[in-house]
Amino acid sequence: MIPLSYYLLLSGILFACGVLGFLIKRNIITIFMSIELMLNGVNLAFVAFAAHWHALAGQVFVFFVMVVAAAEAAVGLAIIIAVYRTRDTLNVDRVNLLKL
Amino acid sequence: MAGAINLLVQSHPINSALSLIVVMAALAAEYLLLGAEFVAAVQVIVYAGAIMVLFVITIMLLNAGKEERTKGSRAAILLGVPGVAIGGVLVAWTLLNRPNAEAVPIGALQGDPHAIARLLFHDFLLPFEVTSVLILIAIMGAVVLASRPEGAARGARKDEG
Repeated sequence: MIPLSYYLLLSGILFACGVLGFLIKRNIITIFMSIELMLNGVNLAFVAFAAHWHALAGQVFVFFVMVVAAAEAAVGLAIIIAVYRTRDTLNVDRVNLLKL
Repeated sequence: MAGAINLLVQSHPINSALSLIVVMAALAAEYLLLGAEFVAAVQVIVYAGAIMVLFVITIMLLNAGKEERTKGSRAAILLGVPGVAIGGVLVAWTLLNRPNAEAVPIGALQGDPHAIARLLFHDFLLPFEVTSVLILIAIMGAVVLASRPEGAARGARKDEG
């Protein structure tokens, strides 16, 4: 029996790690992984609440979040590859122009 | 279990992808603990399987090295760390001030695929179909973006337009 607040705390920690990575990391791939981390934290909160309230809809929403995350990962990584082709860098500080 | 993994993620090397995989696996275990078997399975398959493979392949493809530090990154650290610390303290404070927590029974087993499928295909049918369209668009976008700019990509873009 684990209290709900522990799950929420862990979810918050995961989300905070994601935000932290998003803010301080300068590698675009790492930033992308931070986004995935944030999505995972939210997912954990969803499942914890679903188990707490005995509402299955939460798990269905987790499913949708995963689908969106997968689509986002595919498109985002494609964008990263395109950016790398044109700039030869993965540093977001160097990618400051929309047009070369 | 999870605290150590979080620390692992905090220290991010460039192949922090591996630690991210560990986090995904641990989260799958958490879902199992919460009685959500289906979500746990999907987590392993989609996240640990598909998304992380994408990440690792991209890292290898782009030959990513160490991060470079610039002025902007230092400013981001100065602003970001206190900001996130304040946010985390706020969240923890809110959570700990509201001990509404009855314990979650382990193995309540309310996440069986039967019930989820009923919910997914009856109550959430429209979002489900919209999701399929979203995935289709994502696939097309990824192909268009990642293909070489000359030749093939031009043709694809013309076809779409």
